[in-house]
Amino acid sequence: MMTEFFLKLRKAGIPVTLTEFLTLLEALSQRVTAHSIEEFYYLARATLVKDERHYDRFDQVFGNHFKGLETLFDQSIGVSVPVEWLHKLAELTLSEEDKQLVEAMGGWEKLMETFAKRLAEQEGRHQGGNKWIGTAGRSPFGAYGYNPEGIRVGQEESRHRRAVKVWDRREFRNLDDTIELGTRNIKVALRRLRRFAREGAAEELDLDDTIRSTARNAGYLELKMVPERHNAVKVLLFLDVGGSMDDHVRVCEELFSAARTEFKHLEYFYFHNMVYEGLWKDNRRRYTEKTETLTVLNTFGHDYKLILVGDATMSPYEINYPGGSVEHFNPEAGDVWMSRLLAAYPRAIWLNPQPQNRWSYVPSIEMVRELMGERMFPLTLEGLEQGIRALQRAR
Amino acid sequence: MSESRFRGTDRYVATDDLMMAVNAAVVLGRPLLVKGEPGTGKTQLAEEVALALKRPLLQWHIKSTTKAQQGLYEYDAVSRLRDSQLGDARVHDIRNYIVKGKLWEAFTADVQPVLLIDEIDKADIEFPNDLLHELDRMEFFVYETREVVKARYRPIIVITSNNEKELPDAFLRRCFFHYIRFPDKDTMERIVNVHYPNLKKRLLGEALEAFFEIREVPGLKKRPSTSELLDWIKLLVAEDIPPEALRGDQHKLIPPLYGALLKNEQDVHLFERLLFMSRRKRD
Repeated sequence: MMTEFFLKLRKAGIPVTLTEFLTLLEALSQRVTAHSIEEFYYLARATLVKDERHYDRFDQVFGNHFKGLETLFDQSIGVSVPVEWLHKLAELTLSEEDKQLVEAMGGWEKLMETFAKRLAEQEGRHQGGNKWIGTAGRSPFGAYGYNPEGIRVGQEESRHRRAVKVWDRREFRNLDDTIELGTRNIKVALRRLRRFAREGAAEELDLDDTIRSTARNAGYLELKMVPERHNAVKVLLFLDVGGSMDDHVRVCEELFSAARTEFKHLEYFYFHNMVYEGLWKDNRRRYTEKTETLTVLNTFGHDYKLILVGDATMSPYEINYPGGSVEHFNPEAGDVWMSRLLAAYPRAIWLNPQPQNRWSYVPSIEMVRELMGERMFPLTLEGLEQGIRALQRAR
Repeated sequence: MSESRFRGTDRYVATDDLMMAVNAAVVLGRPLLVKGEPGTGKTQLAEEVALALKRPLLQWHIKSTTKAQQGLYEYDAVSRLRDSQLGDARVHDIRNYIVKGKLWEAFTADVQPVLLIDEIDKADIEFPNDLLHELDRMEFFVYETREVVKARYRPIIVITSNNEKELPDAFLRRCFFHYIRFPDKDTMERIVNVHYPNLKKRLLGEALEAFFEIREVPGLKKRPSTSELLDWIKLLVAEDIPPEALRGDQHKLIPPLYGALLKNEQDVHLFERLLFMSRRKRD
């Protein structure tokens, strides 16, 4: 059972290793958990998952693999919630007035009956059984409306609500890195950019280490150098605006503002759908203040890294026919300009906000991807990471 | 074994999954890596674990310039050079110039200590890698004196990270991991109750309402966290603000003493604007 679970996790793309799996087994044999599936879930998660981005995937695999096994755990500790228990709890927490209210509504027994029935229904939606009746805890009295303010099922409430399969609630969904960037995720993405931005090769004198080494060297001078920690990465950012990109404006804005604070040398330009002979910096004055693409090519050195952001969703004519642009007459086709760009900036990637699984249905995306030499990545955390790795790779 | 179980303390509310992670780390003697939003009590966790298990706490705060070696020991060659020029007798024993680091202290402590390695992501990218062996075997070698320092008791190690850098896989493999989620309303109520047990129920209700509303405002640069809520409530109590003042339908635009919650000028503006708009819609 466990080995299969382990293999399923790996299949789901969670980087679990044998060491971690053995640690989990060791923890189980040391009796860290007290035979409840929740504790086991928490333990397994703490042991096997080392990144909150994988929590959601873990939850799914866990739910899938251990489905139906809760009952097994349940029986092994021999606890099923008796009706008396609920009875008692309610009696402890209900005031005299409430009890009168209850009487008025058809007697305690009858209410308990419907109450239990209702609980069973509530659970049924989740797991199809009434075993977990005591643990449903969705403020059951409140649901019926005979719980006046101030009376609740006590401390047990939140504890038991948690028992309704934590992993099925999938609270960590927005931390998964395969979904698109969000406000929280962009921060993490930003940090990934920062790491990439901190690399540099310049050398400077390490004074501390020089003194230390000189002292260690009985007073003979020994120079020590360290790589300088500065922002040596130069980035050219080309952003697609307008048209089909409207849906992705927010994500692009976030990426752009993140990138702007991270790089010392960041130059950005806008284009529409495809890069032609002109680019612009201010979108409101795009027709009056154009910068010639050739000027851009000649101004910024080959050590700049080029990041194009666009959905590449357009008519194929816009890519490979002169005059194909939707906005103006372009004497040279888009792919000519693309190959010029790529020749000038060998380190280039294209980030695409369109979901990756839709790429193959749009011919123009496939064409641009081919032009880019497969270096097109989805605008998700994972894609961004892959893209940055591709940028760093020497070509 | 029940003695050494962590269940939170009277001023720290631990969720079930956090307790499990801590206990697993304690039982197996492996480091626990804690991540989470700022202000969710990551650093405090180590203090509370030490308090609950009655262990001494050693804190090692990491900066961008911290080296792994500094946690083990440092050889103060400069003092030795100076002493040799002054003809100090101490100079003949190299041990006089070895300054113990936090890990050394933790390894040689008389009782099993709790060691906090705070904000490990601040350090250089190689930092965690340099500690792999030390954290795994709980021993290290001192080159200068040719001795091996071995842990008498495996310390309970709590490591916090703010996610500024990715940690290497080899390092992660050796740790237990826990991500402190932002508490839901119920947990939050428990947390506030633990800190201000005599708080008026209504004030708490209104304050939490206002707090979660602010957190939900889209586009905030810095969303308020648990520690900011606690600060705010402290102010509210100190100023004796009535619960009614926290309601949105007052003439006042934003909640009193909002400075404790919103720490960014643009956020305050944004919040005011949104409130204004929602009010106009209602009218």
